[in-house]
Amino acid sequence: MKFGFPLFPESASTLAPQVDAIYFFGLGVAAFFSTLIACLIFYLAIRYRRRSEDEVGKREKAAMWLEIAWSIIPLGILLFMFAWGAKVYFEARRPPGDAVEYFVTGKQWMWKFQHPEGQREINHLHVPVGQPIQLKMTSEDVIHSFFVPAFRIKMDVLPGRYTTVWFEATKTGTFRLFCAEYCGAEHSRMGGSITVMEPRDYEQWLARADSATGPLALAGAQLFEAKTCGTCHRPDSNLLAPILHGLFGEEVTLASGDKVLVDENYLRESILDPKATVVSGYEAKAVMPTFVGQLSEEELVELISYIKSLGDAASHGETPEESAG
Amino acid sequence: MSERKNYLNADYGVWSWLLTKDHKRIALLYLLSITVFFALGGLMAVGIRLELATPQGDLVQPDTYNRLFTMHGVMMIFFFLIPSIPAVLGNFLIPIMIGAKDLAFPRLNLASWYIFNIGGAFTLWAMLAGGVDTGWTFYTPFSTSFSNTHVIATGVGVFIAGFASILTGLNFLVTIHTMRAPGLTWFRLPLFVWAHYATSIIQILGTPVVAIAILLLAAERLFHIGIFDPAVGGDPVLFQHLFWFYSHPAVYIMILPSMGVISEIITAFSRKRIFGYKFIAFASVAIAVLGFLVWGHHMFLSSQSVYAGMIFSVLSMLVAVPSAVKVFNWTATLYEGSVSWETPMIYALGFIGLFTIGGLTGVMLSTLGIDIHVHDTYFVVAHFHYIMVGGAIMGYLGGLHFWWPKITGRMYPVFWSKISAIVIFIGFNLTFFPQFMLGYLGMPRRYHAYPDDFQVLNVMSSAGATILGVGYLIPLVYFIWSMRYGKKAGANPWGAFGLEWDVASPPLPHNFDQTPVVEREAYDYAAQHEERDVA
Repeated sequence: MKFGFPLFPESASTLAPQVDAIYFFGLGVAAFFSTLIACLIFYLAIRYRRRSEDEVGKREKAAMWLEIAWSIIPLGILLFMFAWGAKVYFEARRPPGDAVEYFVTGKQWMWKFQHPEGQREINHLHVPVGQPIQLKMTSEDVIHSFFVPAFRIKMDVLPGRYTTVWFEATKTGTFRLFCAEYCGAEHSRMGGSITVMEPRDYEQWLARADSATGPLALAGAQLFEAKTCGTCHRPDSNLLAPILHGLFGEEVTLASGDKVLVDENYLRESILDPKATVVSGYEAKAVMPTFVGQLSEEELVELISYIKSLGDAASHGETPEESAG
Repeated sequence: MSERKNYLNADYGVWSWLLTKDHKRIALLYLLSITVFFALGGLMAVGIRLELATPQGDLVQPDTYNRLFTMHGVMMIFFFLIPSIPAVLGNFLIPIMIGAKDLAFPRLNLASWYIFNIGGAFTLWAMLAGGVDTGWTFYTPFSTSFSNTHVIATGVGVFIAGFASILTGLNFLVTIHTMRAPGLTWFRLPLFVWAHYATSIIQILGTPVVAIAILLLAAERLFHIGIFDPAVGGDPVLFQHLFWFYSHPAVYIMILPSMGVISEIITAFSRKRIFGYKFIAFASVAIAVLGFLVWGHHMFLSSQSVYAGMIFSVLSMLVAVPSAVKVFNWTATLYEGSVSWETPMIYALGFIGLFTIGGLTGVMLSTLGIDIHVHDTYFVVAHFHYIMVGGAIMGYLGGLHFWWPKITGRMYPVFWSKISAIVIFIGFNLTFFPQFMLGYLGMPRRYHAYPDDFQVLNVMSSAGATILGVGYLIPLVYFIWSMRYGKKAGANPWGAFGLEWDVASPPLPHNFDQTPVVEREAYDYAAQHEERDVA
């Protein structure tokens, strides 16, 4: 973090130059038109200043071509800015396929992080440089917003659902993390940092860092046992409940006839409020209790990671549950 | 024979004011109310800028700071900016401009002032009882389940004041439709009237939605009915949709009347018919209509779908076109005009410059790729202050200076008025321009404390705010002074065109002895001049 009197933020992610480029274009457009208008006003207001008390202006002639010109030209520039901005936004909102998943929980007034290998951090996150990283984020209370100016990324963090933001850091160092959505008394102190390290240093850091639970999917597998989820959610459970193997990323048909994609938000809802979205065919058997209040956000993340790690029922043997045993 | 009675000296005593049905007196009652709210909102701003002069949150407690910016926003938006030009200048001028003796519903007009003050009283009570800390946006679930401040009382205040806004809009719409003088066709109307017509549509269609949002918020906060808080089965983003469905068009409630004022001033001090009359008139309506379709641009990062974000972005771009059309037409009006640099004109030209910057930075914010970084930072704060302070308040002050001789029959001191206009312009830019830079550097809004390296720009901003504050105090002093000591103004001190300049200053209680017959289009200075020469 630099001190002094900077006028432009540090740039430390693959997204940053893209955002800066379109920002400079927008700034150029704004500066050009503001200057144009200001110069025209000064020129015209002086050139045509009133020279005698009873003077009046000339009668205006309609100029349709002018009206059309100053509608169409701005419209063209605006649509160009829209298209460019939409392209950058689209990429910023869609993590690349090889992005490693980290989890973030916001609460008044701190940030909690879970690494894929289970290490936990508060307010300060360590990540490797040059690796796309996606953050699955949720909040325990109010809306927060995850903002790292040097990466030019920001995304709201909501209670009751997961939102995603991703970045690929391009240089090592420590960068500021802010909460950008007003969240109560200590909003301005809900900050922290992202430390970007060389992959080798990151590995060493990971090894040193305490991981009480082990990898998320493994911790989830233990939780799955502890909460006796397997009683019903087993391939051989006589179809008491949907089989979870290979479920993630698939579409399921609900009792209502709607189709939904099985993603983190769907799994989360199905754990906390199982009756909200019952899969077609299981209406009569829907006996699963709610787990509201019984699972922390971190534990939910572990369970979801476990379910995501489950391959097809056929390749059942590959799951961490087995490999852990 | 002594002078004829005007609306100011026709009756005396408190009740002649508190029970008046005269639109001109009601306008002055509104002027008094909103000046009080503006002063209160301004005091909050003083607290904010003092705190932000240093990086450490060392002047007030975080809780106090959060209440300061919340109450600043609530006071300024709901109790000053939204009523400002319509309820004061619109109320005073629309009947006269269209050759009518009053608004269509004078009693409703008076009722709206009482309703407005009752709403204000609730909000004031909330403030005195400890304030509210949700931000003027009342985002859920913070406002429904977490804040332990006076959310309900403030919400009730805003809810009630909304009805005053609806009634004013309704009154204007009916008046403009049914009470125009003979010969005053739609395209002969002053653009000030067109702007208020467009504004009234938004007031009537938009305000009920914020009222509904507040009711739902209250239902969740008081009775724990799950609407917005996921913990009780609600959706927090739903509130943002409802809130911005009103509150984005509300920005146009604040800026459209100001644009109307600018059209009047530019023509009067160029003594020239406005360039592209119909384009400016329809631009107002286009802004009002498109303004209802862009609320989602406040929510690009709220978890709203990527495709919704794109639609709201492109629609926001479209709303910039009629705004650009207005700016170009105002500028072109100066061409071959007879331009005089009177105080209202300085405000109007200042408005064009600041509104242009505000509008173009708004385009940047609508650009999705830029918004990712600057959303919820000081860039946004700077942008909307360029629109609301640089635009709406400059227009309001320009209008007050333009019509003050009509309203009071007296002139204010010209020298001091020009000084204050320039002080306000400089103070404003020094306050808000550094905030664009702070925003891109990454300073989030609503921060009580901030990193050290943001201090230089924050000190510039606080210094500018001091100058701006002085700039606002000067007119307050000379306007009050002028009511007793100002030079008598005469009916038409600016040599301006329009029915309001044909009646006495101050106007008669019923404006016109005889309903005027309008034979010319608006701002027809050339024809008026020729006629005078012939005579």
